[in-house]
Amino acid sequence: MTTTVPTRPDTLPEQSSRRRPVVPGRVLPVVSTFVLFVLLFGVGSVRYEGFTSGQVFANLFIDNAFLIVLAVGMTFVILTGGIDLSVGAVVALSTMVAAATLRAGLPAPVVILLVLAVGTGLGVVMGLVIHHFELQPFIVTLAGMFLARGLCFVIGVESISIKDPFFRALATGTIDLPGGVTITWSVVIALVIVAVAAWVLHRTRFGRTIYAIGGSESSATLMGLPVARVKVMAYAISGLCASIAGLLFSVYMLSGYGLHAVGMELDAIASVVIGGTLLSGGVGYVLGSLLGVLVLGVIQTLISFQGTLSSWWTKIAIGTLLLLFIVMQRLFTRRNA
Amino acid sequence: MTSAQAAPTTHGPGLLERARGSRLLWPLVALVALVLANAVRNPGFVEVRLQDGHLYGSLVDILKNGAPTLLIALGMTLVIATRGIDLSVGAVAAISGAVACTTILGSADPTSPAAALKGIALALVLCLVLGLWNGFLVALLGIQPIIATLVLMTAGRGIAMLVTDGQIITVRNDFFAEIGAGFLLFPISILIALAALAAVALVTRRTALGLLIESVGINPEASRLAGLRSRTIIWTVYVFAALCAGVAGLMISSNVSAADANNAGLWIEMDAILAVVIGGSSLAGGKYSLSGTLVGALIIQTLTTTVYSMGIAPEVTLVFKAVVVIAVCLLQAPKVRERFTRRRRPPATAETTPPTRPRASDATFGTEPVAHDATAPKQKVAQS
Repeated sequence: MTTTVPTRPDTLPEQSSRRRPVVPGRVLPVVSTFVLFVLLFGVGSVRYEGFTSGQVFANLFIDNAFLIVLAVGMTFVILTGGIDLSVGAVVALSTMVAAATLRAGLPAPVVILLVLAVGTGLGVVMGLVIHHFELQPFIVTLAGMFLARGLCFVIGVESISIKDPFFRALATGTIDLPGGVTITWSVVIALVIVAVAAWVLHRTRFGRTIYAIGGSESSATLMGLPVARVKVMAYAISGLCASIAGLLFSVYMLSGYGLHAVGMELDAIASVVIGGTLLSGGVGYVLGSLLGVLVLGVIQTLISFQGTLSSWWTKIAIGTLLLLFIVMQRLFTRRNA
Repeated sequence: MTSAQAAPTTHGPGLLERARGSRLLWPLVALVALVLANAVRNPGFVEVRLQDGHLYGSLVDILKNGAPTLLIALGMTLVIATRGIDLSVGAVAAISGAVACTTILGSADPTSPAAALKGIALALVLCLVLGLWNGFLVALLGIQPIIATLVLMTAGRGIAMLVTDGQIITVRNDFFAEIGAGFLLFPISILIALAALAAVALVTRRTALGLLIESVGINPEASRLAGLRSRTIIWTVYVFAALCAGVAGLMISSNVSAADANNAGLWIEMDAILAVVIGGSSLAGGKYSLSGTLVGALIIQTLTTTVYSMGIAPEVTLVFKAVVVIAVCLLQAPKVRERFTRRRRPPATAETTPPTRPRASDATFGTEPVAHDATAPKQKVAQS
């Protein structure tokens, strides 16, 4: 229990006799993401006036709180070797459910519980189908994505604004930090979720089972680990995170709309990959995913500070970064192999 | 030809038996059921008229609008057969349309066929390069296909916006409009798509190429050791997929005589993957069915048209798609089929499906059914 981190490598390289260099090998991607983040921020500070303020840094969290939560959920699924394409649509569905039920007059706590139940329920169902029918996660979550997007439009085709006082208060309420920096409650929620997720992954039996499944599912089963339960739970966590992200997003936008968060699953996957998590599963950290989101955020901030660049450069930049990181990962794992 | 491959041919079963074993059965039933349901609701649905040398009718519309999906699904089938996936096709289609339209608009005489040809050629050459790029990442660098093509999926729309400068570019060029909106009795777009389908069927099923593609999908390393150029084959299928996407992009933009970098081919990669899966190709690679892909693409387009004609908000189509995908996937899942066949005719199972494992071990080897599914074509490789 107490020596989780050192024991993990034993579950990984059992397919071959290779032994990885223990510490630097696994942490290096996260470190390089961090270096990249610092570099990008440094470039911004040198080039643009007013970039090096605490508020710009805080804004990275404020504008990406939902993406952080989403990336955390995605990390769980990717660590088991799966993928969840439905998260963007679940975010949209959550905003829509929240907006519609609030308009119908339900109190805010009930609405929040309902949204969380919907997201988690969808995750559980997808996990069950993936595990028990042995269908590809890719195709099942793709169907989940279609289902969630479609349900948004069943609820309503138009955008619904949120007028609930609690949501409004959450949206406008700020917390003053020393140095004149303000953050929103969303940031606090997102960071708490990151902390909880990191704790679960590194300090609980459940977390170690997740890594073990990603390393080799059949070995994990042979070891007697509860693969079925943990795998389904991973998708449930992703669904839960997506619905929390949906709540944060509805606070951020103060509206529910079926076309919210189109393509956000790709941003989430990109953040996780840039954060150093291997898509084949078994290797990666939640902290890396957080850094990945921050890198994406800094790129967006840089482009908006530049002013002359159009928004589509963001997409090209994210694609290029994604490329850099997967090529790096590739060279890296090959050298160790 | 492809359905025969999917069915166990060794025992020479009767037609009914073979039909029941065929993976094409359920998709076909679904397609017929969809068309019938439409015909019952609205008898005009199956009506096809001849007017001015064109065929008109809902069925013809399905063919016309389904052509880009079919074409992309065709490329996707081969990619999936090598155990890959290409997420970038939608973005490639958008780039192709954008390049063609900007070239046409930028040429000396935007209405001339020469301008259209120049635009088309340029677009296709660019798609070739994009395909080479995807193939380079997957075949040479050995990056997982999902992620390698995710790069272009993310960046591709940005590139398309860059080409069009974020504008929707409209062109007036009769020659260009023919590709997506023209008729030669049948819509030209579906003729192009069917010609491509026939060509691929001929090349892959009448030569050993199809077998080689499948063997690469089953085990790239073993295929390489057996003397196949796995890398070249993988590279080729990605280039082909990108070319298909390029032509589909031309159809989409020519149909509306405009290039919309944001929305052209949006979600079409998902539709194409669905078409392939519905058609019975395994996402795990090693086995593909071109006729299945054709049926799959038609199902998806029929479904979309049905929802339109029922007067439901078009966005709700997604719910129906989700239901169909899950239903078809479940029907095709080895586990479900195993359970079905076992219940219906217990003695036959022993013959048709090689060693059924005791139930207790099912949980132990989570990935087994896929591998065991793939043994059928593998034996074929060995025999030939």
